[in-house]
Amino acid sequence: MKHSGLQREVLSLYRTCLRESRKKPANTRLHFESYARTEFEKSIGLDKKDFGAIEYLLRKGRRQVDMYSAPGIRDIQ
Amino acid sequence: MAALRTTSRLFAATRPAFKSQIRTRTMATVTGTATSGAVPPSQTTTVKEPAADADSKIKTFHIYRWNPDEPSTKPRMQSYTLDLNKTGPMMLDALIRIKNEVDPTLTFRRSCREGICGSCAMNIDGVNTLACLCRIPTDVKAESKIYPLPHTYVVKDIVPDLTQFYKQYKSIKPYLQKNTPAPDGKEYLQSKEERKKLDGLYECILCACCSTSCPSYWWNSEEYLGPAVLMQSYRWIADSRDEHTEERKAQLDNSMSLYRCHTILNCSRTCPKGLNPGYAIAEIKKAMAL
Repeated sequence: MKHSGLQREVLSLYRTCLRESRKKPANTRLHFESYARTEFEKSIGLDKKDFGAIEYLLRKGRRQVDMYSAPGIRDIQ
Repeated sequence: MAALRTTSRLFAATRPAFKSQIRTRTMATVTGTATSGAVPPSQTTTVKEPAADADSKIKTFHIYRWNPDEPSTKPRMQSYTLDLNKTGPMMLDALIRIKNEVDPTLTFRRSCREGICGSCAMNIDGVNTLACLCRIPTDVKAESKIYPLPHTYVVKDIVPDLTQFYKQYKSIKPYLQKNTPAPDGKEYLQSKEERKKLDGLYECILCACCSTSCPSYWWNSEEYLGPAVLMQSYRWIADSRDEHTEERKAQLDNSMSLYRCHTILNCSRTCPKGLNPGYAIAEIKKAMAL
């Protein structure tokens, strides 16, 4: 299936999350991955034509990735 | 600065009347049924202030509301009515009173309440200004509309996301850059004339009113630096102590960073501190051309 631009952006954000989790210590890496997953699943019911909301959540997500990818953060609950 | 002075004179003239208001004014109390209890604010549209007496000056404020916790609900306008006799003279007083007494979910930034911090920049009646320096128009028939700064991402209600603005400010390196140590090993001296060049530049509080009023910045905010940042850039270009003037100019020497300014001059017209970013940009252009 061909994805729309917005869908690709969401997928690329999720991939960034997983890629960033790989840089974390091995014993807490799963925490980061599951946190990213739950954050995405929170808005799984969103209407796919609600562009404004999706764009807002994308911006918020990117901000969160920037913050959590700092090397000082080693674990997440 | 001239604008500020006239405001204070106005304030002095109205002071006797203001004093008598204080005496009759009661302390802030939460009254009325509209605020207490079960109705969540997302379902109310108008919250009326109760117990209006004959000489009260009831004014309506329409305020932009948007809650990031419910991203799929659209932004909306919410109306509040306030008695101006019981409210301070400035827009910020009205906002604080709404937050304290009517609707605690209303969100806005504020800090110094005297136009020094630049936190309360917002679009009031179609003009970008600081809520703490903007008088409430006493005409009660005219309703005031309050929006966040135009063309900014909204964090919540009237709080704008200024990340991009601050990133651009950081990109111009707003600090003194020297290659040589100070002659006396302590400080860099300036003549009075050299210092005078910085007047009208250093007073900028980075409230982002000017940048967000610039149509050119609306369409090119990724690359065009905007009037506020360019004025700060000129503040460091004009500084006699700074030795990286050529690097600073070279950084601006492309079609986007500086030359997207088409002298629309909304920036100079809107600046709540009475500064002139348009003039500073023209000075940079002159320095680059010569």
